[in-house]
Amino acid sequence: MKKKIVCMLLAGGQGSRLGILTSNMAKPAVPFGGKYRIIDFPLSNCVNSDIDTVGVLTQYRPLALNAYLGTGQHWDLDRSNGGVFVLPPYMTEKSGRWYSGTANAIWQNREFIDQYDPDYVLILSGDHIYKMDYTKMLKYHVAHEAAATIAVLKVPMEEAHRFGIMNTDAEGNIVSFEEKPKNPKSNNASMGIYIFNWKLLRDYMERDDNDPSSENDFGKNIIPSMLNAGEKMVAYPFEGYWKDVGTIQSLWEANMDLLGKEPILDLNDPAWRIYTRNPVMPPHYTDANASITNSLVTEGCVVRGTVQNTVLFCGAKVGAEAQVLDSVIFPNAVIGNNCSVKKAIIGENAVIGDNVQIGVPLREGETVDNRLTGDIALIGIDVKVPAGTVIPSGAVVTAETLDHFINGGAEA
Amino acid sequence: MNQEAFGLIFTGEANPYMRDLVISRAVAAVPFGGRYRCIDFPLSNLVNSGIRNIGLITQRNYHSLMDHLGTGKEWDLNRKRDGLFFLPPFSTKDNTGVYRGDIDAFHSVMQYVRRSNQKYLILCGSHILFNTTFDALIKQHRESGADITFMYNEDPRFFPEEQNRDLRLLFEDDGVTVKELEWNPHHPRSNFRSCEATIMDKDLFDDLVEEAYSRGNIDFVREVLLPLARDKKFKVMGWRYDGYVARIDSINTYFMHSMELLNAAAAKDLYNMRHPIYTKVKDEFAAKYGENASVHNVMMADGCVIDGTVENSIVFRGVMVEAGAVVRNSILMQGVTVRAGAMLDHVILDKNVVVNAGRQLTGYEGIPLVFRKNLTV
Repeated sequence: MKKKIVCMLLAGGQGSRLGILTSNMAKPAVPFGGKYRIIDFPLSNCVNSDIDTVGVLTQYRPLALNAYLGTGQHWDLDRSNGGVFVLPPYMTEKSGRWYSGTANAIWQNREFIDQYDPDYVLILSGDHIYKMDYTKMLKYHVAHEAAATIAVLKVPMEEAHRFGIMNTDAEGNIVSFEEKPKNPKSNNASMGIYIFNWKLLRDYMERDDNDPSSENDFGKNIIPSMLNAGEKMVAYPFEGYWKDVGTIQSLWEANMDLLGKEPILDLNDPAWRIYTRNPVMPPHYTDANASITNSLVTEGCVVRGTVQNTVLFCGAKVGAEAQVLDSVIFPNAVIGNNCSVKKAIIGENAVIGDNVQIGVPLREGETVDNRLTGDIALIGIDVKVPAGTVIPSGAVVTAETLDHFINGGAEA
Repeated sequence: MNQEAFGLIFTGEANPYMRDLVISRAVAAVPFGGRYRCIDFPLSNLVNSGIRNIGLITQRNYHSLMDHLGTGKEWDLNRKRDGLFFLPPFSTKDNTGVYRGDIDAFHSVMQYVRRSNQKYLILCGSHILFNTTFDALIKQHRESGADITFMYNEDPRFFPEEQNRDLRLLFEDDGVTVKELEWNPHHPRSNFRSCEATIMDKDLFDDLVEEAYSRGNIDFVREVLLPLARDKKFKVMGWRYDGYVARIDSINTYFMHSMELLNAAAAKDLYNMRHPIYTKVKDEFAAKYGENASVHNVMMADGCVIDGTVENSIVFRGVMVEAGAVVRNSILMQGVTVRAGAMLDHVILDKNVVVNAGRQLTGYEGIPLVFRKNLTV
């Protein structure tokens, strides 16, 4: 049945900069905001924008994503006509290959899109946190009679070099595009959200697919070739919260952005709910000696200690006399009695023994490999930290590196 | 999957002792335990026992029940084969559409019972709350060759002023064979109380109900089960349950059992994560604690925004307590707002009640104040 618009969600990435948090799941399945996974945001935005057909493109451990999405019922995407589909690469009689780039992933799934004969396709990436009504962007696209519309956000000029920058004329038409420019000409950063006229995009992708030198990437190939051909491409200005949570630092920051009286990102918004696969857990319990301030707490949590400026995900437990500050505690992680946890991310199901200290300032001469973490201590998924261990700030603790910390970092 | 048994939940109980909490809803739809309704417990117990065919007899005020259960998808009961069946009253030439008692209700749903493919029927009430699976009950019933097996527990508490559907079991010396049943006894001779989860062959149920209906009987317990237990033709047995059981018989027992959830042992038993209690999902955000929050000994659901003091209380989804408000020993249901400076003690606020700034509401132990749905104080 014909659809006006179909969404294709690029969820491929292993998210190597998130390091050990993605060792057995794709980046979009990383937890966020107490109850959610990153992929809940683009999916909920779609549903709240009345887009009911979503293809999720992945080639990294599709099982985890498939199991998470299920029939799509948690996002109201269990539809007879449309719904949510996980689209991994597949073999045909003649060929079959991994997705070689973002555009190639869409190209390989053109039959999926064609069956809905849509006028437009919305292309999203799966690792951004934001609330956006795509209906407004589509209206803008139609009103401007554009071939392609790219959502842009004004970023501080000094940070513009980290983004794909869209240079526009006075009417908002895109005149040139630069990926991570050393000397940016403007601060219109691409949010990785595109609307294309499907038939036109299909032609460009076909040509791109026939070009052996192409990297089959939207940013590097498709958008520049459309610009060169003089297609009308417009920038859709978005105002609001948007964050790429592809790094440990930005993932931690985005969770902190939810705190405070008037948070930068307000998810307590009945008009724009974020849907998720809710864990079936009882209400959280706070005992007589606990203290919780400026924090988020979710169902299944049990708090007996002090929690401050922290996000506790479902089923997380904080022991008696423990102090947890400025931290992100992922689902079902357990923090023992009398622990001190400062500026840390504790992975899912990690168990922190009693009297453990995490996020302790580095001693003189002590070093840790903090290329991915900065000053955030990171405890991996399922890691069991024995009682009394001291983990310095910025350290990355996995089952492999754990021994090093148990021995007090003596050989560092 | 359990293809041996199906469930029939009777939600028609009227209970005047529940006062304002049942003005606009069935007892089964009364909110309990921070994010649940009473019906979630029997329904989840059946589902967690692998039972996928469940009939729900509704009688009065069942709108909120239908709204809560929907198609049954949170319980995985939106099935093509079997699933969740709403069995509301209906009028036909020999049925007025108003039940005089449970025999009327059972008679009118007999088509559903006969159509069910499973051998055993588990008959459940909706106001006695516990968390277990019925696997052991079914097994004992099958292996003992009993005609009827009552689930029961030992409960020494007795509230004669608010006695409601109080069915007690007296045993033979073997401790499992029922000698006699007592129904709302004035001087109870037993502390073994039925949990209103009773298993029997569906053909026996069919026989008993139709026979009683043809005699114009009304009350299934008084007119069918009591004489049947005395008549030694049938083998009637008990299956003992030792976990936590909450009998929601009155405002006072409602309050008492709610507060018992703050005791770790009761909560651990009722919220046993090995067989979770399912409920309607509302996609609320996490509970948010502000700078001034002071929360001690509290069970709280998602979607709350807390900046005041809350102690020894049960807080349902989406409650707001402003800075400077103090809530003690209370139950705040979904969507309640307590404004700055208000003081509450021993209070039950039903859904969406608003307590304005500076109000002081105080009940006492054993006499909680109850404010009905949507009131502004």
